[in-house]
Amino acid sequence: MSTPAVTDKRAGSLRGASLPKWFPLAVVVGSVAVAVAIGLGAGLDSKVQWGLIAAVLAVLVTYVVASRVEGRRQAKDRIATSLVWVCFLVAVVPLASLIWATAKRGVKVLDGYFLSHSMAGVADTEPGGGIYHALLGTLEQVGLATLIAVPIGVLTAIYLVEYGRGGLAKAVTFFVDVMTGIPSIVAGLFVLSFWILILKMGYSGFAGSLALAILMMPVVVRSTEEMLKLVPNELREASLALGVPKWRTILKVVLPTSIGGIATGVMLSIARITGETAPVLLLVWGTNFINTNPFKDPQGSLPLYIYQQYANSSGSGAAYDRAWAAALTLIAFVMILNLVARGIARWKAPKTGR
Amino acid sequence: MAKRIDVSGLTAYYGSHKAIEDISMTVEPRSVTAFIGPSGCGKSTFLRTLNRMHEVTPGGRVEGKVMLDSEDLYGAGVDPVSVRREVGMVFQRPNPFPTMSIFDNVAAGLRLNGNYKKSQLNDIVEKSLKGANLWNEVKDRLNKPGSGLSGGQQQRLCIARAIAVEPKVLLMDEPCSALDPISTLAIEDLIGELKERFTIVIVTHNMQQAARVSDRTAFFNLAAVGQPGRLIEIDDTERIFSNPSVQATEDYISGRFG
Ligand SMILES: Nc1ncnc2c1ncn2[C@@H]1O[C@H](COP(=O)(O)OP(=O)(O)OP(=O)(O)O)[C@@H](O)[C@H]1O
Ligand SMILES: [Mg+2]
Repeated sequence: MSTPAVTDKRAGSLRGASLPKWFPLAVVVGSVAVAVAIGLGAGLDSKVQWGLIAAVLAVLVTYVVASRVEGRRQAKDRIATSLVWVCFLVAVVPLASLIWATAKRGVKVLDGYFLSHSMAGVADTEPGGGIYHALLGTLEQVGLATLIAVPIGVLTAIYLVEYGRGGLAKAVTFFVDVMTGIPSIVAGLFVLSFWILILKMGYSGFAGSLALAILMMPVVVRSTEEMLKLVPNELREASLALGVPKWRTILKVVLPTSIGGIATGVMLSIARITGETAPVLLLVWGTNFINTNPFKDPQGSLPLYIYQQYANSSGSGAAYDRAWAAALTLIAFVMILNLVARGIARWKAPKTGR
Repeated sequence: MAKRIDVSGLTAYYGSHKAIEDISMTVEPRSVTAFIGPSGCGKSTFLRTLNRMHEVTPGGRVEGKVMLDSEDLYGAGVDPVSVRREVGMVFQRPNPFPTMSIFDNVAAGLRLNGNYKKSQLNDIVEKSLKGANLWNEVKDRLNKPGSGLSGGQQQRLCIARAIAVEPKVLLMDEPCSALDPISTLAIEDLIGELKERFTIVIVTHNMQQAARVSDRTAFFNLAAVGQPGRLIEIDDTERIFSNPSVQATEDYISGRFG
């Protein structure tokens, strides 16, 4: 007698009413439509306002409908989900539109000629010319900065994680933290006063590399430190217990285990400094001609090129197009670095397969 | 060549915390000595003082003497690195190097120390894997990563890695605690074979295991939480398990501890 009653009750409480799968999509489409209608009707010309209205509508409608049909707990679940989606869109829309805008305007003049010619003899208003000198300059400056910053940064991180105890390590950590916060213009001014004004060296790509290295070093230290800390102590002890000296343990066990992560960190720090403009403006000075020697005389540089072309373009014309094309090149360069970093991380990750 | 260990008045600290106090004992060459005792009484700590791994822990400090045959491990001018080449260690959790293949894991000690002949390497690796009862299971996949083995296989891989450098003494800290009965048995058999060549010290929480594999058994205990651990007694395993001279040992072995 009592058994069926119990079964019925349990089935009822477990199932409950639920909204169909297409409900979220319908809400989004509906609220976008309503938002467009409101925007047109009220004459709001900012698309941002339209988007916000749509977002608020979608969240509200979801909550009201869901709490009517499914109950409060499911409604809260849905509202959390839709809030996450809204935040995701708020973060991604600007990024996507930035890449879209850059790509749309950049492809106009971006071709083999553009990549392989300098601006020598090309006036700002004339079409033609290219970024070869700037690309070369950026590669050399960033390469030199990497050569300076990575060994120092990685060795510092090794010291901090493997050897550092007590006061000195604390002091180094503190100064690395302070360095992380140095604005790029300050790093540039520091090198300007030290390298160019006091030591009387001229403007050069290398002067820029020094400032970039200052900006890069703390990033490398921090990321390498985190990666080294991830290496289990058991591996160090296993190696030490085999009678392997500590320095060899670090070189042959700790570093190979973490090399993927370290390389990723280095790539990301390169990506970060590639776009720096202020130190380059102060120290490398810029030129329209190809200068392959980073140690002597001003060089070109991509961020600087973008800035100068845009500043001289008055908002349209050949220089304007070149600025966008150079920006696209810069973004592509950084993206490729990111992809390479991911590739290395995956390739070098400790293998677990059979 | 196995060697005798002679410990006298050994005290070890973690910073200001005294973990073990005034331990003296002799470990005979070509024998198996088991350490038993409640958790936290300092068995691992003591074991790690025997190959100077204790000082790797930040704040780790040791007082007293550990004689390996006629040399004091803590004497002036003794290089901990060469001590560890004489006294190998197997850890509680298997810890093969994740970036290395099975072959490289076994060869790691020789390669990292740089003292080997290329032509001998294959032989040494094969001999060590056979010694660790693992050869048949891995001989077809020596180039696969060591972390792809099962837990028990990994532990035997770590044993192979430890014996490849031909230490005089082998320390094992609960080598079977993460293993199934079959792997455990394999390792116990292995210990029986290895004692022909090495001096073996093993920490275990498994009374039957201690009774099965060891010739001598040492019982450690601590007076109270926060107190340093002490050696209560060390005797032939048979005596310890049948007729120990201290009441606390009998209580612990028969499960009446605490
Ligand atoms: N790294 C460390 N830092 C500080 N104290 C430690 C450290 N390792 C162990 N100790 C302390 O030393 C004492 C002995 O620890 P130990 O690991 O030697 O015990 P054990 O007998 O091996 O225990 P178990 O059977 O659980 O492995 C404990 O009180 C422990 O808290
Ligand atoms: Mg222990």
